[in-house]
Amino acid sequence: MAEFIIKRVLQAIVVLFVMTLLVFFGVNVIGNPVYIFASSECDQACLTKTIAELGLDLPLWQQYLIFLKNLLQGDLGNSFTHGIPALSLIFERLPATLELAFCALAIALGVGLPLGIWAGLYPDRIISRIIMAFSMIAFSLPVFWIGLILILTFSVQLGWLPAIGRGDTVDVFGVELSVLTLDGLHHLVMPAFTLSLIMMAIVIRLTRAGMREVIFADYIKFARANGIRERRILMTHVMKNLLIPIVTVLGMEFGGVIAFAVVVESIFSWPGVGKMLIDAIGVLDRPLIVAYLIFVVFMFVILNLLVDILYSLLDPRVRLGGSQS
Amino acid sequence: MSFLKTGVLVASLTLALPAAAQEVLTIGVRSEASSLDPHWTQLSADVQVHEHIFEKLVALDATSQPIPGLAVSWEPIDDLTWEFKLREGVAWHDGEMFNADDVIFSFDRLRAGISGAPASPAFQLEKGAKQWTRLDDFTIQITTTEPYPTVAEDLAMLAILPEHAATGVTESVDFNSGLATIGTGPFMFEEYSPGSRVTVVKNPNWWGGEVEWDQVVFRPITQDTSRLAALLNGDVDMIDYPPTIDLPQLQENPDFVVSTIPADRLIYLMPGYKHVERFITDNDGNVMVPNPMRDWRVRRALSLAIDRDTIRDRVMGGASLPTRNIVPPGFFGYVDALEADAYDPEAAQALLAEAGYGEGFKIVLHGPNDRYVNDARILEVVAQMWSRVGIETEVDAMPRNIFFSRLIRGDELTIPGFDVPEFSMSLTGWGTVAGEATYTVSGTLETYNAATGGGNGNFGRYSNPEVDARSVLAKQTVDNAERLRILQEAITIGMDDYAFIPLHFQVNNWAMRAGLAHAPRTNERTMALDVSRVD
Repeated sequence: MAEFIIKRVLQAIVVLFVMTLLVFFGVNVIGNPVYIFASSECDQACLTKTIAELGLDLPLWQQYLIFLKNLLQGDLGNSFTHGIPALSLIFERLPATLELAFCALAIALGVGLPLGIWAGLYPDRIISRIIMAFSMIAFSLPVFWIGLILILTFSVQLGWLPAIGRGDTVDVFGVELSVLTLDGLHHLVMPAFTLSLIMMAIVIRLTRAGMREVIFADYIKFARANGIRERRILMTHVMKNLLIPIVTVLGMEFGGVIAFAVVVESIFSWPGVGKMLIDAIGVLDRPLIVAYLIFVVFMFVILNLLVDILYSLLDPRVRLGGSQS
Repeated sequence: MSFLKTGVLVASLTLALPAAAQEVLTIGVRSEASSLDPHWTQLSADVQVHEHIFEKLVALDATSQPIPGLAVSWEPIDDLTWEFKLREGVAWHDGEMFNADDVIFSFDRLRAGISGAPASPAFQLEKGAKQWTRLDDFTIQITTTEPYPTVAEDLAMLAILPEHAATGVTESVDFNSGLATIGTGPFMFEEYSPGSRVTVVKNPNWWGGEVEWDQVVFRPITQDTSRLAALLNGDVDMIDYPPTIDLPQLQENPDFVVSTIPADRLIYLMPGYKHVERFITDNDGNVMVPNPMRDWRVRRALSLAIDRDTIRDRVMGGASLPTRNIVPPGFFGYVDALEADAYDPEAAQALLAEAGYGEGFKIVLHGPNDRYVNDARILEVVAQMWSRVGIETEVDAMPRNIFFSRLIRGDELTIPGFDVPEFSMSLTGWGTVAGEATYTVSGTLETYNAATGGGNGNFGRYSNPEVDARSVLAKQTVDNAERLRILQEAITIGMDDYAFIPLHFQVNNWAMRAGLAHAPRTNERTMALDVSRVD
């Protein structure tokens, strides 16, 4: 077991290292941030000074080594734009994005599961067909367009919801949350719904498919024969087996949702990491872009590692290199 | 849906209560302030927020002409010395009194360098190698190594910070937290929440008199459509850069008002003057020797082939001012006699034939697609117009963060300390922040010289001794009337020679709810003091 974990940790470190190389050099081949910020009156001397000030005058490999050295000390460099450590910027903005993502997840499950179950139980009814058509549409329309249409409908035409930004927040153990205030919910509803659509479509389709399978399984027939009430069959026996693939797929999707949050955050001016990343790319704030990407990779690597370890604890067969005896 | 509606009702009630007691102005801005440290950058988005809180010795009026700020007057004592009289009885937001020590402190801070700053305005102090001395509490002298006429315009870029509150603070960080954000301006710092808002509140003791707004909120909304939606549904009272495509509807809508002013940003096409230009080829794709752009007739033909009025009406939604000048009307150095070229494709073709290019040739036209208003569409339209007179033009538009690096030093001949531009024809812009043409002439028309800073925006590498002599002389002529004459000569020579091909000045628009009036500024900055209630 220990051997397996050590192996996986070493692999994770290698992945991270390769990522730093890719990300650092990738970001450093495009443009020069100094030219974005510089005033038109900033002459060669002034440009040179600024370039030196930001440490961009060194050869690229040297910049990378400095970056790596700082990385090992947990320092991902200072943002050019804000002049503060990139990591602290990310952690400052992360709660807003996570709040959005978790609300989207809740909406996707809360709406998707019942609809999927209904569509699975009564596949031939008109309503089921409408549900399935909706899931197709939600999956295929661009998020960007949906967001704008929602704003035009609910903010501009009806005037029910604010078009932009995050509402009032409440401090919960040092984290600002807007989901606990009425104003915050108003601001949250549209972006979260927009972000949830793709997940919702997946949940609906998986639930329906799972439903169609499980309902004809032998153990359900036996349960019925035993005279267990239909409701109980649905809530325990069917649901348990339904949720396994859904949880697996959603777990994988969730990373993607944080990535998709970039688009949604831009449209709704949601002050999360996605919007921060877009702004950073716009002005080539290299340390911030690199820090964000490294952070995301780190997150995924850690999550995968945890999942692997968990699986190997649950299922000895997974342990690679484990003996057959 | 009913619970939603009640929720909205409750929310709007709770929101309406403080608003009744307070005059709040909420502005949706395209770009967010990156820092509240006024010595950090010179970006318009930052400066417009700084200027609510901090002030400069020299302020600028609506057409960027110098007016008294923290200095009440300034005059040249001799060719190398300027004396500034400071305003007395000005209080910092924390109650301390302002005097010459604060000015000396601010300049010293800039000269020492702002650690980590991506675009500090400190270079304004290096022009003319300025030195500063304190004569008494309310008099300072600025000395330069050579005659230096634009001292006031340059000092209009440098915010004055309080010595007692800004000594030893961490650059940028302590300003964003509000610790050192103590100014003399009409508004005081309240909150800076990156990505969400910057909030300032009224300074009741401002020397400039009564301020109309109790609170001003800047909310960054990058997406054009979202920004417009936020105005339409009342999330914000006012927005900058409304999408030009929606301007006609906004102007007709009685619930909204649009304010308009020609900006100081000139949009122009810059030909490359290298002996051989990589992106200019004959019809068979071979590079041409000599480079046709070196022929004045070709440059003039390219200008005549552009229908600027159509670009204004069809591309810019009416929001542009066709021109052949390099600074907008009302600026020091504007030449009345230079009128925008009328569209004349026949004359263009005749000129090309006369220059020996009757068969036409091929150009790649480069430009940004996210920097200037409708830049990518302008590129496409110009390419079509040029193709019509026989110059087959291909467009290559790219994000600004890539474009500017390549424009400035993309050529393979670049070595450290000597930049060689890459493009043979590019669309760029130049904003005359100082309200006068000395540095516009020096930056765009003077021959490139890394040592003196001449031609630092001259990415075509145009070079004309007639212009150079006048540009250098203008930088040393303190007498305004004389300098104006020299500048206008330099501009007339350069523009008659088609050093580059001017298209238009951008015209900036703001949109706001009915009941507000806005007196806009040439320099693109959105200031709460320029907005008043009329309902």
